[in-house]
Amino acid sequence: MAGVSGGNDFQWCFSQVKGAIDEDVAEDFGGYVASLELVVGSDRVPDVTVLRPSDIISTVEFNYSGELLATGDKGGRVVIFQHEQESKNRPQLRGEYNVYSTFQSHEPEFDYLKSLEIEEKINKIRWLPQQNSAHFLLSTNDKTIKLWKISERDKRAEGYNLKDEEGRLRDPFRISSLRVPVLMPMDLMVEASPRRIFANAHTYHINSISVNSDHETYLSADDLRINLWHLEITDRSFNIVDIKPANMEELTEVITAAECHPHQCNVFVYSSSKGTIRLCDMRAAALCDRHSKFFEEPEDPSSRSFFSEIISSISDVKFSHSGRYMMTRDYLSVKVWDLNMENRPVETYQVHEYLRSKLCSLYENDCIFDKFECCWNGSDSAIMTGSYNNFFRMFDRNTRRDITLEASRESSKPRATLKPRKVSTGGKRKKDEISVDSLDFNKKILHTAWHPKENVIAVAATNNLYIFQDKIN
Amino acid sequence: ARHSITLSTSKMAGADGDDSLYPIAVLIDELRNEDVQLRLNSIKKLSTIALALGVERTRTELLPFLTDTIYDEDEVLLALAEQLGNFTMLVGGPEYVHCLLPPLESLATVEETVVRDKAVESLRKISQEHSPVDLEVHFEPLVKRLASGDWFTSRTSACGLFSVCYPRVSSTVKAEIRQHFRTLCSDDTPMVRRAAASKLGEFAKVLELDYVKSDIISLFTALASDEQDSVRLLAVEACVSIATLLPQEDLETLVMPTLRQAAEDKSWRVRYMVADKFSELQKAVGPEITKNDLVPAFQNLLKDCEAEVRAAAANKVKEFCENLPEDSREQIIMTHILPCVKELVSDTNQHVKSALASVIMGLSTILGKDNTVEHLLPLFLAQLKDECPEVRLNIISNLDCVNEVIGIRQLSQSLLPAIVELAEDAKWRVRLAIIEYMPLLAGQLGVEFFDEKLNTLCMAWLIDHVYAIREAATCNLMKLVEKFGAEWAQNTIVPKVLGMANDPNYLHRMTTLFCINALSEACGQDITTKQMLPVVLKMSNDQVANVRFNVAKSLQKIGPVLDSNALQSEVKPVLEKLATDTDMDVKYFAQEAISGKLVFPPPAAETSLYVRFYRSGKPDDHAVFLSSSTVLSLIAFVVHADVLL
Repeated sequence: MAGVSGGNDFQWCFSQVKGAIDEDVAEDFGGYVASLELVVGSDRVPDVTVLRPSDIISTVEFNYSGELLATGDKGGRVVIFQHEQESKNRPQLRGEYNVYSTFQSHEPEFDYLKSLEIEEKINKIRWLPQQNSAHFLLSTNDKTIKLWKISERDKRAEGYNLKDEEGRLRDPFRISSLRVPVLMPMDLMVEASPRRIFANAHTYHINSISVNSDHETYLSADDLRINLWHLEITDRSFNIVDIKPANMEELTEVITAAECHPHQCNVFVYSSSKGTIRLCDMRAAALCDRHSKFFEEPEDPSSRSFFSEIISSISDVKFSHSGRYMMTRDYLSVKVWDLNMENRPVETYQVHEYLRSKLCSLYENDCIFDKFECCWNGSDSAIMTGSYNNFFRMFDRNTRRDITLEASRESSKPRATLKPRKVSTGGKRKKDEISVDSLDFNKKILHTAWHPKENVIAVAATNNLYIFQDKIN
Repeated sequence: ARHSITLSTSKMAGADGDDSLYPIAVLIDELRNEDVQLRLNSIKKLSTIALALGVERTRTELLPFLTDTIYDEDEVLLALAEQLGNFTMLVGGPEYVHCLLPPLESLATVEETVVRDKAVESLRKISQEHSPVDLEVHFEPLVKRLASGDWFTSRTSACGLFSVCYPRVSSTVKAEIRQHFRTLCSDDTPMVRRAAASKLGEFAKVLELDYVKSDIISLFTALASDEQDSVRLLAVEACVSIATLLPQEDLETLVMPTLRQAAEDKSWRVRYMVADKFSELQKAVGPEITKNDLVPAFQNLLKDCEAEVRAAAANKVKEFCENLPEDSREQIIMTHILPCVKELVSDTNQHVKSALASVIMGLSTILGKDNTVEHLLPLFLAQLKDECPEVRLNIISNLDCVNEVIGIRQLSQSLLPAIVELAEDAKWRVRLAIIEYMPLLAGQLGVEFFDEKLNTLCMAWLIDHVYAIREAATCNLMKLVEKFGAEWAQNTIVPKVLGMANDPNYLHRMTTLFCINALSEACGQDITTKQMLPVVLKMSNDQVANVRFNVAKSLQKIGPVLDSNALQSEVKPVLEKLATDTDMDVKYFAQEAISGKLVFPPPAAETSLYVRFYRSGKPDDHAVFLSSSTVLSLIAFVVHADVLL
């Protein structure tokens, strides 16, 4: 079957998998699941060191050029992968992503005033447009946003006055001449240093950060408020949206995601748990409590159920690169909206409609509250989002074709083509199909990223990061 | 820090060898010490290093090393960028000043704005030290390199350098510079366009008038209609400089269309900028355009839909009115501005109202007595009753302007309830603010009015439940006494203050002591000895230790005011008794009062110890270290080390 991409037919093939791989586990599928359940289901530390909760990837993000790929995990770490140049020995392989820098971005903290533990889990990473040879990114946990600089150093100063080459001290009274240190080449060293810490501005949990196209501000959103920051100022931010009712008992909706427009510096959107999206214009007023556009699809009364409200909650919103469209992800579908049409989406894609009959059990195991993210490809012609059982979905917007792929160790052989997966919905299961009942809901793909220019995707499956790329026929 | 201490010790133990190079050697090595404070210290003494190395080695060794030292912390880079601006003599004078360009060029590309700005500032400074030839051979190519750099950090830095080299280069180079500036004005990244927009006015000033008209105006128009409002708002600032440069007859066609557009921009931030720069704009465009264009524009800004804009405009009301052409000033204010001002008095936003309240009183001097009484007074009175305390405070704090024109009596009827309400506001910060205006009010209202209406308030603050208020109230009393004199104090406040010495609440009894501390000097020896001292002495028997040790402190404080007789016969016995008190603190303060000085007066040596250790970046550790007497012997050594470094 053809891959999903703007016109060219190709197939997706395996490129790399990152993260702890235990060979035994990779072979023995059942064992892997068992260990995973162990972690999810109990506090006991599993004997097999396959999966620690802190290793679970919580966000994936390519930088603007696609040269770097950052992941954040539950343990507060950020790992940055760099695209290596194509190797001459294996010309059929495009460059791989290798670890460039790893650092601890956030540590667990305790808010003594509120008696609250603050998890170190990285909720979001956003790259800044490159401004000099160093790279910058924002990372955030529930409360604190940090600006990190990732830079290279390849020179080292040599020569001291007060000690010799071996580090022995020289007699300070016999110094007859002064030595100025000289910089000598050394092995490349990549340093990550925290440049700014933006703290104490969020009462609720931060769910989104988004860098503005003016390159000097960014916004951060929590459940009830959106703040606007200047990248160089850490001691104050402007609250631009506040939906907190005077009486918390009147609370009917929360902010679930927010993003700045890619080109218009005055426009941003935020989505709500009610399935609506508000577009605000910062030119109109200093406070954006009043939106300028309101995107909402009228509910189909025939499909109304107890779960309607929960599954309509938007878990992610992303502008297309062109800035003309935005995409929203709710529990069962992905919708593409034209910014000029507020009353309904221009495209709707079903991600896993077969789960509609399973909502009751998904509610019981809390899966119904999973926050799936979604992403565009570089040319906005295709979109990708995750599902359960380590499945992820792609939709071609031109051909309206869709495909289900699986991030699994079974196919993790170099250049192995990914076979499309199918979930049987009817009573009879065809060969190669998997029945809805045997889907593993503990294996979910929440975070995915698409290279901004090429057909390279990064898919976070629990503690593993899979990288796939196209194989042109 | 450990590193240099070890060495210093060995130095002390050492022989008489030539050690003149030693301190410099330490400084050079510490340029890359792991401790930021030590690196910073070395960088700040870079001139010492350069002096020791001589101009030749500074040029060939030190500067190349510094050029690549851009990995350091911001504060180190900032210090370096600043130092290099004063380095001309150290590299051999103006002839060699271009050697400073490489390190400053690399500093001009770092991501940290403060460092870049400082590098640009230093580059601007040393550009003046370049000969015209060097400017074209060395400096101008650097500007070009920065202007066409890959990263926007270097291009933003370039924007600040055009204006310093433009006047001193040949006409061909001038044309190139203009071309570079044009390119940057339409750069892809908003960062660079903003940098260009903010330097547009400055660049216009050094350009020939013809080029201002042909080049700058088109750039100005383009930036003022940039798609990003963060760029457009900077063009407003440039508008002021450009308007100043152009002859009056060109303003209408070249500047005004853009300015009108900015005043009505879709983005409130741009309109805010226009409001914020209104006085400058008004001066730049002159009286005629002000009358025809700016007055209606200002009216619109005062009525803007965004509160931030209205507040910015409200802040400018007085200045705008003051600068109106004299012949039509009163008429413009009365028919155009005042109606808007009246509306703002009842604005929905309190920031707008309080911005207006901070300047509105100034209008009375411009409009004169009759207009003030007829038109402004009702507004003042309305604002004095405003629900927002800040508005009332702003009116009260500016009473002096009205006082000059109509006398304060006109207002006093409304003033009093306003003051009383603020004095009893639930927010202690509001109470604090009104206390601070009391001496001013007292001066303007006169002693009679004060005694009659305000004295009770001032006394009530002394027993406020917030310490900061009680403290401010004592300070207020002192200022009142300074204003009204000792006799007034003796009759009105001293009895009340002393009466509190018998209050059942020990906090109030302590307030008596605090008041005495504050008042003794202003009241003079007589009152202090005869009235205050007996009360203080009596309180030495208080059952609360806090009161007793404050007695000791008070006695120490008022001691200098008392006559020596009373000191010997009355104060001394009491202090001696307190020095044997069962409470440790009482004893301590009594002894301190007897010895009459601090137990541990800080000797100069300790100061340098502190400074020395502060550099290690852990002042706290060493603050403890400092007070420990066991290390006294170390001080000599550290002082020595400090002289060295």
